[in-house]
Amino acid sequence: MNLLKQVFSGRKAFIAYITAGHRSIEYTEQAACALVEGGVDILEIGIPFSDPIADGPIIQDAMNEALEASVSIQSVLNAVRNIKKQTQVPIVLFTYYNPLIAIGLNEVLSDIAEAGVDGILVVDLPIEESKIYFKQCQLNKLEPICLLSPSTDENRIRDINKHCNSFLYYVCRNGTTGIKDALPSNYMEKIETINSLSDNPVVSGFGIGNRSLAAQALQHADGFVVGSAFVNAISNGASPSDLKNLATEIDPR
Amino acid sequence: MNIKLNKEQTRFGSFGGIYMPESLMAPIKELATYFQKLKLDEDFISEFRDLLKNYAGRSTPLTEVKRFRKEFSGPRLFLKREDLLHTGAHKINNALGQCLLAKKMKKNRIIAETGAGQHGVATATACAHLDLECVIYMGEKDIERQLPNVEKIKLLGAKIVAVNAGSKTLKDAVNAALRDYASNFETTHYCLGSALGPYPYPQMVEYFQSVIGEETQEQCHKEFGKDPDLIIACVGGGSNAIGIFSQFINNEKVRLVGVEAGGMSSKPGEHAARFTGGSPGVLHGCYSYLLQNEDGQVMNTHSISAGLDYPMVGPHHSALYENKRVEYDSITDAEALMAFKSLSKTEGIIPALESSHAIGFYIREAGNLDANSVVVINLSGRGDKDLPKLLSEGLV
Repeated sequence: MNLLKQVFSGRKAFIAYITAGHRSIEYTEQAACALVEGGVDILEIGIPFSDPIADGPIIQDAMNEALEASVSIQSVLNAVRNIKKQTQVPIVLFTYYNPLIAIGLNEVLSDIAEAGVDGILVVDLPIEESKIYFKQCQLNKLEPICLLSPSTDENRIRDINKHCNSFLYYVCRNGTTGIKDALPSNYMEKIETINSLSDNPVVSGFGIGNRSLAAQALQHADGFVVGSAFVNAISNGASPSDLKNLATEIDPR
Repeated sequence: MNIKLNKEQTRFGSFGGIYMPESLMAPIKELATYFQKLKLDEDFISEFRDLLKNYAGRSTPLTEVKRFRKEFSGPRLFLKREDLLHTGAHKINNALGQCLLAKKMKKNRIIAETGAGQHGVATATACAHLDLECVIYMGEKDIERQLPNVEKIKLLGAKIVAVNAGSKTLKDAVNAALRDYASNFETTHYCLGSALGPYPYPQMVEYFQSVIGEETQEQCHKEFGKDPDLIIACVGGGSNAIGIFSQFINNEKVRLVGVEAGGMSSKPGEHAARFTGGSPGVLHGCYSYLLQNEDGQVMNTHSISAGLDYPMVGPHHSALYENKRVEYDSITDAEALMAFKSLSKTEGIIPALESSHAIGFYIREAGNLDANSVVVINLSGRGDKDLPKLLSEGLV
């Protein structure tokens, strides 16, 4: 069983997203370790991209800041190596497709795997365009993480699930990343549908930024993802120990 | 809605495709299904043709410009007068087509991005006529340099949303429109303005713009009994160019030239010539030639013409570039400006700065062209919109 799937044996998972190079790449390393101390089970680290169409303004600003400091995939991978020296927490890279193919899919996936990354999520690569990518992930022993959305129908959920060997990531609302007040009304029903079609654990994210929403999400899902709330805190000057406290505060388990 | 898409359908050679977040796959497939169905539907086609004729003012003339060509001692030259269409540019062809399609899909809210404001004006116009709610995304920098169009869009009853992220220009307006689409696709159609983006947009925009090439061919045959020898068009995303080229791609005797924005220089960031400074990459849902740095980050672009100021070219153009059916060249800001002034003085036609790039190519190459050949330039739009900025900068 891979490291990612192991997280889900017997408990629910807390996944935290931060953008690499937001504030600085050294800060990203410290923040990652602090989040793990705060109870996070899987780290999702975003590779900055100039045109992040799936993200809201909070994460876009973080990415722009990282790009102004010339953060590249190679510098993100160095940070991953340093984080992995300090903790065994599984790491998922969150990225857009273009920075990968600019290097070359084969080469970059092998570099990513070699750095110790466990899974990869390419947010603008639907299954229709993923044939070679899935093959390369397999060759490099990287788990591809696939997204499901409220508009993903049952046939498509089945198709996507076939490529999953870790966990499915249910983006519980239409639109982009951000912080919202409530879970959508169809949330429970949709998670039940996904569970009926897949044996993989299902985590949910997009808009979850406090303890009460996380608790609601966990009533049905096997894990929850918090992104914009951490990124927002980092933009507002949070120290690594502030992030650790925030993680503890949000964690309803 | 679970249609299967095969690669041949979504691509031009190796270019195009659908690089979209999962949340947008359902609306993209729904759109593809409607487009594939309606483009074969006789009622839809006749409704669209009727709008083009009786609302937009088609067909547009093919004007021979004798004084202009004598000035540069070049061969016979005809201009396809898309500048004479309602709203002053070819953009209205596509806006009417997509808004009509949106109505058939029962989506009563339209969103669009705009750079120069021409597509924004065209979309707001189509929405007013077809009774649709309209929201236009525009970069803050473009709002400043295209104020007359901004005022027009408001007058037409549309809402303008200023985009202050990134470079505050067209590509950021596309990002913002895509985000709106992802949140609201159940009620909203995204009316993309060029032959770009994920399938089916490049195919659909080409389909709605292909009327330009069809008319041009008919008019050429009537005027001089054959296809022209050379067709020149400017290429931003490339909708006016693909609109006129599409009818002639199969006739290898017709030389086709696409003209990109050479900007101030060939230095990165100072132009928008994707085929000289770019390489294939993925942006806004599409795999095509892109101006990017070695890390795959999209570069900023520059052109005197806001409509050509975009880092990616449409995927069909990338395929036509690689198979060498179309030649791509670039014209600098200064050459375009000279062409803008020359055509105005010699013919009384003020061309858009976008179209002035195509005219600039004719001027530069006039001496090298066969004196007995016949040339057509797609005059994609009129230049009134450019005057306030040119005047304020002392360029005219």
